Order: sequence, then C-alpha cells, then structure tokens
Amino acid sequence: MNILPKKISTPLISAVNLTCIREERLLFDELSLEINPGDIVQVEGPNGSGKTSLLRILSGLSQPYDGKILYKNQVINYCREEFHQNLLYFGHLSGVKGEMTAEENLDFNLALHGNKTEENLAYLAKVNLAGFEDSLASHLSAGQHRRIALARLYQSNAPIWILDEPFTAIDKQGVASLEKLFSAHAERGGCVILTTHQDLISIKPEQVKKITLDYSYDSAFD
Amino acid sequence: MTLKAPSALETEKLAVTLDDTLIENSIIENTALKSIAQSPQHLSYRHAFMLVLKRDLTIAMRHKDDIINPLLFFVIVVTLFPLGIGPEAQTLSRIAPGIIWVAALLATLLSLDRLFKSDHLDGSLEQMLLSPHPIFVLVLAKIFAHWLITGLPLLLIAPLLAVLLHLNEQSYTALLLTLLLGTPVLSLLGAVGVALTVGIKKGGVLLSLLVLPLYIPVLIFATSAIDTAALGLPYSGQLAIIAALFFGSLTLAPFAVGAALKVSTN
Repeated sequence: MNILPKKISTPLISAVNLTCIREERLLFDELSLEINPGDIVQVEGPNGSGKTSLLRILSGLSQPYDGKILYKNQVINYCREEFHQNLLYFGHLSGVKGEMTAEENLDFNLALHGNKTEENLAYLAKVNLAGFEDSLASHLSAGQHRRIALARLYQSNAPIWILDEPFTAIDKQGVASLEKLFSAHAERGGCVILTTHQDLISIKPEQVKKITLDYSYDSAFD
Repeated sequence: MTLKAPSALETEKLAVTLDDTLIENSIIENTALKSIAQSPQHLSYRHAFMLVLKRDLTIAMRHKDDIINPLLFFVIVVTLFPLGIGPEAQTLSRIAPGIIWVAALLATLLSLDRLFKSDHLDGSLEQMLLSPHPIFVLVLAKIFAHWLITGLPLLLIAPLLAVLLHLNEQSYTALLLTLLLGTPVLSLLGAVGVALTVGIKKGGVLLSLLVLPLYIPVLIFATSAIDTAALGLPYSGQLAIIAALFFGSLTLAPFAVGAALKVSTN
C-alpha cells in the first residue's frame, strides 16, 4: 500500500524568505507564507509598514530584495504567462482611463487579461453603474472609478486575487457585496489576499487569516 | 457508515477508504480549481495588438491635444524659419531638409512623454504588465499607435511645408521616404527613453538627454539623402541605412521597452 500524503493540494501561491527594503528601511525580513485555495488573507499593519510592497512583490510587479515567490511550486519569473493568467491584481491605482466610457474600460480590462467580454452591462449593474455605461469615466466620481475597476472581479476566472485596499471610496453597501463576492470566490477554490484598514464584517473572523506587518525602526539593519 | 467496534483488519480498511476519500476530495478540489482557471479565450498576439492599438487610438481621438500639439509645433517651427532668415529661395532650399527634419525630431520628442506617462499615472500600465500577453506585443501596439498619432500627420503635412521652404523638386520623394522610414525609428527609440524615465517625477530633461543622441544618426542620414536627391544622385545608400535603423529598432526596441518598464514600475 502506498503511503499517500494527507494533503495533495499545492499552495496556490507561496513566498519563501522574502526580504523587502525600501528607502534603506527594512520593511520585512525572512517572511514566508503559503496561501492555499479557499484562503482569505488580510494583510494588516500601520501606514508604511509594507503592505502594498508585499502585495506588489506577490504579484510579481516588484522584485524582492531577497527571497522568491512560487506559483504552484514554480518560481513566478519562470512561468510568467501562466501565473498572470491566474492572477487578478487590483492596485490602489484603478487603471481606469478617463477618456473611455465605463463599458469600454471594463471591456478593455477584461480582454487584456483574456476574459470574456460578453454580458458586461450586467457586471456594471452589479457594481451599481447601470445607466453609466456610456459616460466617460472622467465624468464619474472617484468611487465610481473604483467600481469600474472592481466590476472585473465578477467576470474573472483567475483563482488568485490580490487586492490592495479594495474598499477605498466604496460605500457600505458596496463593501458588503464585495465581501460576499470574496467568500464566494474562496468557496470556489480561489484565494483572496487583501489589505484593508477596516474589519471585514460579513466574513467570519475564523475564515480570515491575518498577516500583520509591524515595521519597527529598531529592527532595521541590526 | 454504521458504527461498530472495528477489528484490526477493518481499521486498516477504514484507513484505506479514508485515504481514498481524501484523494477524491483533493481531485474534486483540483477540478473545481481548473474550472475557475480556464485557459483564457483570446490569447493571440494579433488580438492583443489590435486591442491595445484600438484603445490608444480611441483615447487619442477623444483627447485631440495629443494629435494637434506636435503637429502644430512642427508647422510653427517650420514657418518661422523663412520669417527669421529671409525669403531668398536659394538659402531656404539649401536648409529646408535640415529644418524639416529637426522640427520633426523635436515634435516627436515633445509628444513622447504621453506614450507611457498617463498609463503609469492611472495604473493601467501595471495592469498591462500583469496581463498574460507578452509585454513586447502590447508595447509594439502602443508605439505603433504613437506613430499613427504623431509620425503620420508629420509625414502628410511635410510636403506642404516643403513648398514654403522652396525644397528642390527632385527631393520630394526622398523627403517622404526618409520621413516614412525615419519617424517610426524616432517613436521606437523614444519609447525606450520614455520607458526608462516614466517612474521619475520630472524626467523631461533626462528624456531629451537620453533620446536625442540616439536620434542623431537618423537626422544625419535623412538630411544627407534629401541633399543627395537634390543633386540628382542616387540616395539608396542613405535610405538603406535608415531602413536598417528602422528594422533594427523595430525588432529590438519593444523588448528593451518591456524590460525598462518592469524596472520603472518596480
């Protein structure tokens, strides 16, 4: 009889011994983590503690000072296209062009990541932008900009969601429906990594894993 | 499953079935994941190229400054020269190739900033770098759009301005050919400079310093070709060198731009 490992599923994304240095400050050091399908991970920490840096490193946008990121046990630099097909990154810049309409923006963002672009109006309606499809994004508010960008989440096939402050400028109702979306995504076998200063309301605390980054000056370069 | 005190053999069986269910579960989990991570539908190079090209042209059409500004600069600079130098046909026709080319070069330089700057500021550049498409395809589409917006209008209006400068009649074809082959080189090489400086707050001066030396060969061979044509001599040699610069930068610049953008957004 073969001895089978108890857990066959590989972590979707894992970090090994990450070190990040910004402006000659050590933000974190020897950080290792494993994120499995179904995880909702909240990265916490005061301003400037390296939350955004961590998410950018995890998504492959920034290179860590030391350490590596693995996607299903492959280093992401060697499987860039496969990793990016399975990744949805939402930074604090929404990537919405003011010269294009809400629908055109969503179409482009979806098509760029290889997703289907049908039924877009329905997704815009889900983020309360029904009736604004043909408005230029520059005529919409900051929250509506974010909503255009977030509409992508409803159509995305990517299992890994990395979201940097997704609730910024979003109203209470919007936050609630986003949280519902995150739980549904985790149940489907995806994972969500997000930073936020708010507590997640509708997701139970035991479902959320927390990573706390705590930058202290003393720890820098000793 | 009924519960009763299991014998040693049964316990082992139970363990095996448990393991089996574990495997099954993990298989289910994996298939569930696969259904999420379907391979995207449209991942052809051509599709990605057309997508970005269409987007950039749409933006330019709605933001007409991008098209009008370099063109207006080009027209103003060229028309100022006869006013400053005097209307003698001989002098003007002597310096016409240089004026037109220098003006085209500066007009391109003026427009370069927009190639990646606004995308960098609103975060869409990050999204492009994170797309599953190879970066060089997206970059090539952006550069082509940039050329359509700035290079092509210059090419179309240059013959009219050449009339103003009394350019030699035999030189018109040479002027158009050098502009046709030369302006894409300006866009391609300029894109490398912009990609390197896009992360810097005030990179304008640095951009000129980086890019202008790279433009000099194009300027030298283009004006030389036009002068040679004015004398009625063959200028295919100069044209061949500009064509070589064009194909060299066409094949290499997109990769350099991709690498530079990764560094700039780091």
